[in-house]
Amino acid sequence: MKRFWGFVIKEFYHIFRDKRTMLILFGMPIAQILLFGYVITNEIRNIKIAVYDKSKDEITRKIMQKILSSGYFIFEKEIHSEDEIKKTFKRGIVKEVIVFDEDFSRKLERNKTASIHLIADASDANTANLIVNYTNAIIRDFQSKEISKQIMPFQIIPEVRMLYNENLKGAFMFVPGTMALILMLISAMMTSISITREKEFNTMETLLVSPLKPIQIIIGKVTPYIALSFVNAITIIVLGSLVFDVPVKGSLVLLLAETILFITMALSLGIMISTVAKTQQVAMFISMFALMLPTMLLSGFIFPIENMPVVLQVISNIVPPRWFIIIVKNIMLKGTGFNYIWKETLIIAGLTCIFIFISVKRFKTRLE
Amino acid sequence: MAEKIIQVKNLVKKFGHFIANDHLTFDVYKSEIFGFLGANGAGKTTAMKILCGLSSPTSGEINIAGFDVYTETDLIKKNIGYMSQKFSLYEDLTIEENITFYAGIYGLSMKQIKEKMDVLLSKLDLQDSRKKLIASLPLGWRQKLAFSIAIFHDPKIVFLDEPTSGVDPITRRQFWDLIYEATHHGITCFVTTHYMDEAEYCDRISIMVDGRIEALDTPDKLKEQFQAENMNDVFVKLTRN
Repeated sequence: MKRFWGFVIKEFYHIFRDKRTMLILFGMPIAQILLFGYVITNEIRNIKIAVYDKSKDEITRKIMQKILSSGYFIFEKEIHSEDEIKKTFKRGIVKEVIVFDEDFSRKLERNKTASIHLIADASDANTANLIVNYTNAIIRDFQSKEISKQIMPFQIIPEVRMLYNENLKGAFMFVPGTMALILMLISAMMTSISITREKEFNTMETLLVSPLKPIQIIIGKVTPYIALSFVNAITIIVLGSLVFDVPVKGSLVLLLAETILFITMALSLGIMISTVAKTQQVAMFISMFALMLPTMLLSGFIFPIENMPVVLQVISNIVPPRWFIIIVKNIMLKGTGFNYIWKETLIIAGLTCIFIFISVKRFKTRLE
Repeated sequence: MAEKIIQVKNLVKKFGHFIANDHLTFDVYKSEIFGFLGANGAGKTTAMKILCGLSSPTSGEINIAGFDVYTETDLIKKNIGYMSQKFSLYEDLTIEENITFYAGIYGLSMKQIKEKMDVLLSKLDLQDSRKKLIASLPLGWRQKLAFSIAIFHDPKIVFLDEPTSGVDPITRRQFWDLIYEATHHGITCFVTTHYMDEAEYCDRISIMVDGRIEALDTPDKLKEQFQAENMNDVFVKLTRN
C-alpha cells in the first residue's frame, strides 16, 4: 500500500510540473463550458429586422410593436420598395424583412384575410428557420388575442408547455454534453498519454522489473486522474448552475456516483489506447479522433440521434457518452431516480468491463 | 568454487518458429562481473528479459538468486536491480524524488531511504543538487545516478543492459569504477555491452551467436583459445564463422 501511494505521489509531480497538462486539465473544462454556453445556442436574440409596410394602418403598427417588444428583434430600418428588399439582404445586416399588404386592416375586416410576407436570410438555414418561427408565433399570438375576438366566433388555442426546460434554454442541453465530452477527453486522453510516456522514456521497463505488479502500476497511474476528473465534473456542475442556471433536480449523490462510473469507463478506454499506441503523439491522436468526434457527433450531444441514418444510430449504441448524457439529463433536469436509468448505467458498466478485459489481454501478450 | 547466483540449464525461447534462445546453459558466480556479449539480434536482450522475469521462457531450468523463474518471480524481482540502455530516471522529478520513488517501490522505509540517500549523495558529490531536476544534469551524472538507484535496495544481482552506450570514454571508465565497487559489496553484475574494451573488464564473458552461446570463459583464456590479440578479434572470429 505504501508503495502504491509513493507511485501516486510521483504521478502528481508529473501532472503539476507540466504546464501543458495543467492547462488541459483545468483550463479546458472552464473554457469549453463557457464557449459552448455562449456559442452553441438555439435561442435568438437581437436579430435585426426591416419592415416594408405598404398600408401603415393601426393593425400593422400594433403587430410591429408586439414583434419588437418581444426582445428577440431590433428594428433596423424601414423599406419603401421591392428592390430595396434585395439590396438590404445583400448588405447582410438585416436577417428578416416583414412585408405587410396594402390596405391591411381593411382587407382583414372585409375579406377576413390579409397577408404578411416573412422574408428571411437563409444563407444560415437554421437561424432563418428560428427567426421565422419566432415571428410567426408572435403574429399568431397577436391574432388570437386581438383580432379573433371580433371576427371569429370560436377558436382553438393550443397551449404549449415545454417540460423540463420551460424556456428552451440551450444550456440545459450542452451542460450534460460538455460534461461527457470533457470527462471522456481528459480521463481517456491523459491516461493514455501518461502511460505511453513511461513506455517512450523506457521507465515502464524499469517499473515492470520492480516488485510492483502490472495492475499496481496501472492503478497507480490512473488514480490521480480519477481524482482530477472528479474535480472537473464538480466544476462543470457548479459553473452550469451558477452561470447558466442549470439545476440539479435529482440526487447529487447519484449524479456523482454515475460520474465516477463514467470516469472509470473513460480511464479503462485510455488504458486500452495505451496498449495500442507506442508514443504519446499516437496516443493523443487516437484519443482525439476516436473519442472526441464520436462524442460530439454521435452521442446526441449536438445532433439528435433519432434523425441519423440507421447505420449511425447503431454505431451510436457503443458510444458511451450517449448513455451518460441520458443519465445526466435524467438526474439534472427531470430529477429521476436510479430506477429510470439503471439500463444506461448497466451499459456503461458493461463497456467498462469490456475495455478492461481487452486491456489486460493486450498487456499480457505484449509482455510475452 | 564460489556460490552460484544464476543457474541456467537448457534455456529455450521460441517466438513461433523463430528460436531466439537455443539451449543456453551457463552459471554466474556471486560477486563476479559477467559480460553477456553478442551481435545485435543474437538473442541477448531476450535472454536478459527472461532472467529479469519480464518474459517467460519456453523451456529450461532457471534459478535466479536461489529462486525459480517460473514460480517465484515476485521473490526474484525483490532481489535484483535493473538498468537499461536508456536510463530510466524521470526527467521532471528531482534527484531526491527519483531516489525516494524507486526506493519506495522496492519497499524501503522513509527512514532507510533518508539515511542511504545522504550517504549516496555525498559519495556522488551531488549533495548540493539534490533538489535539481534530472533534466538539468549532464548525461554522465544521470547514468551514474541511474546505476546507484538500480542498486539502492542492495539487490543480489544487478542487470545492466548496455549501460554505457552513448557516453564518452572518461565517463565510461568512471561508470566501471562504480560497477567494481558494487561487486566489492557482494553484488553480482550481469552486463551486456557493445564495447569490446569493456568486455576486458569483465571477470567472465559469454558470446552469443544466432541464439546460442558459442564461447564462455575469462577474457584471457578466450584470447588464448582463439589466438587473438584482444577481445575485438575474438568477437570478429567467432561471429564470422
